[in-house]
Amino acid sequence: MSAVFWILAALTVLGGVAAVTLKNTVHCALAVTVAFAGLALLYLQLDAQFAGFAQILVYIGAVAILVVFAILLTSGSETPKQGIFSRSWFTGMIIAAAVFAVLGWAVIQRIQALPHETAAPSVTVNQIGNALLGRYVLPLEIVALLLTAALVGAVIVAMHEKGESK
Amino acid sequence: MTPLGGYLLVAALVFAIGLAGALTRRNAILVLIGIELMLNAANLNLIAFWRYGPHPELLTGMMFAVFSIAVAAAEAAVGLGLVISVYRHTRTTDLDEMNRMKG
Repeated sequence: MSAVFWILAALTVLGGVAAVTLKNTVHCALAVTVAFAGLALLYLQLDAQFAGFAQILVYIGAVAILVVFAILLTSGSETPKQGIFSRSWFTGMIIAAAVFAVLGWAVIQRIQALPHETAAPSVTVNQIGNALLGRYVLPLEIVALLLTAALVGAVIVAMHEKGESK
Repeated sequence: MTPLGGYLLVAALVFAIGLAGALTRRNAILVLIGIELMLNAANLNLIAFWRYGPHPELLTGMMFAVFSIAVAAAEAAVGLGLVISVYRHTRTTDLDEMNRMKG
């Protein structure tokens, strides 16, 4: 395992931990952006350049901005006086720890049987484009439809209702 | 440790962090952030298995991850729209106070 992998893994995990533990919601949005960037760099480390740049464009470019907009359009960065964790936080922590224990146990159990370092696959954008418009053309069309429906639906859901008292 | 094992462990950790965030935070937007982290952990698994799998030239795992990123973007847009809509009705994003289905 290279040092780069460990640095990126630490960046991602620390960003994620900060995102779920910080008090100020705007800081949480920034921390989750760091985690998304770490994941994008991990994709690049895995020779998946296209997925890495798609991750940067979609998550850092769009989702992070959407989250910041949603935070500023709602309660802003104020901390609720009852604390940042819900009433059932203890149960939630136990469930999350149990899920991590099961997943980690399953990976560690079989870690020697996993494949070792292989030659990096050479994937060009040309090949990806051919695959998208050849073998994966039906999923591509369905995703296009889904994105259009989500765009219209999100606008309708968040739109002001007529005659609503502000 | 094999490289694939390292990536799988990181993905499991990110998934558990996202799950903890989704289950313990009070703010609805931060619950959505937790869900996004879980989706990203799944994508990391898909790409790691694609990279170390037997046929990376078929692009299956990477295509799955790219489509999953697109679906996650749609989910984030609709989810945050719903949070803003609920906030307009109830003046709160606190999930413990959202205990009525009537507006």
